[in-house]
Amino acid sequence: MATINVEIVSAEGHIFSGEANMIFAPARGGDVGIAPRHAPMLADLRPGELRVDVVDGEEQFFYVTGGLLEVQPHLVTVLADTALRGEQLDEEVARIAQDAAEAAVSAAGDKQSLEHARLQLVEAAARYRAVQKLKGKRG
Amino acid sequence: MANLKEIRGKIGSVKNTQKITRAMEMVAASKLRRTQQRMEATRPYADKIRTAVGHLYQANPEYRHPYLIERESVKRVGYIVVSTDRGLCGGLNTNTFRKLVRDIGDWNAKDVEVDLCLIGAKAVQFFRSIDVNVVATAQNLGEDPQVADLLGAVKLMLDAYTDGGIDRLFLLHNVYQNTMSQVPEVKTLIPVEAPDADELPQHWDYIYEPDAVDLLDGVLMRYIESQVYRGAVENVACEMASKMVAMKAATDNAGKMIDTLETAANKARQAAITQEISEIVGGAAAVAE
Repeated sequence: MATINVEIVSAEGHIFSGEANMIFAPARGGDVGIAPRHAPMLADLRPGELRVDVVDGEEQFFYVTGGLLEVQPHLVTVLADTALRGEQLDEEVARIAQDAAEAAVSAAGDKQSLEHARLQLVEAAARYRAVQKLKGKRG
Repeated sequence: MANLKEIRGKIGSVKNTQKITRAMEMVAASKLRRTQQRMEATRPYADKIRTAVGHLYQANPEYRHPYLIERESVKRVGYIVVSTDRGLCGGLNTNTFRKLVRDIGDWNAKDVEVDLCLIGAKAVQFFRSIDVNVVATAQNLGEDPQVADLLGAVKLMLDAYTDGGIDRLFLLHNVYQNTMSQVPEVKTLIPVEAPDADELPQHWDYIYEPDAVDLLDGVLMRYIESQVYRGAVENVACEMASKMVAMKAATDNAGKMIDTLETAANKARQAAITQEISEIVGGAAAVAE
């Protein structure tokens, strides 16, 4: 079976590279699944979870805060703003971040800070969802 | 022969200088390790986005972003120059500036003018005394440069490109090869260059998600940011490596200087003793007669 080469990098460093059967990414307009020999694609990512179905291995799970996805028929490159491996996600920290973001949204006065706070909230909520999902799968 | 006290004083001051240079060497060595890690962390992202943007250049999109189009007549070009904020780092900045001055000469010979965007206090100091067109500066970024601090200056250059003020944009910074060697290199930022060897079909285009116009703006902005940021971070690592080597050389030189001075001091001491003895002997002989 054909496989696809996956490279995940974030602004803070190299995260993952390897061969995969399939990769699922949170694109702006909805989640996308990329199989080998996919047509070239460029997509904007929203905060959310990224799954990589690794050849000869367990499914890998990442959290990205947004970024860019480039697809070539044999290569997927994820240029994430920030990416975390699944096991680095901490439920408690994620929940606190979400609470803080919610508080910031309700406290925000002017339009700009409200916009910023909303972004933070979206990110925090996505992170929290990702943790819970991961936990469910483990437990 | 200089007198003994004078030489002793000199030895003392050279020893003090040596202490300082040794401390600076050690500080640079520890900072080098940290900045090197930071540099290595930024490399994958910067490389990957460069490849991705290179692919974009090879595609046949329905919408061509201005950054992807090569302009035929070049009348004015822009350089983003990354230098250090502080001195005492060997020939690092000198090499960078020499390369830039040569480039400016080449462009001027072709009737092309050059606009500069200077990053780092040393570049600002150097080009103040030279007749060049400085458009933007960013100084005092420290050892951990932040993207946000670079953006303002870079934005000016991008705007100049969009308005047609400049027709090409280059980035000049030092590339870290190893501790002993850092080489200034010029890279073309805009228009985007095709990657070297890549086997891609002739006619194809991306599927864009969402639409091409918004996406490409974002992608290219990220691309420029990451390249300039990488340049700044790499230059800091170069600065630390160069400083470490320069300070090591200074410490060694101070050691050599102390050796010579000590020989001179010993000679002076012996000469003084010899003179004293010969005076005593001479005096005793005079009394005996």
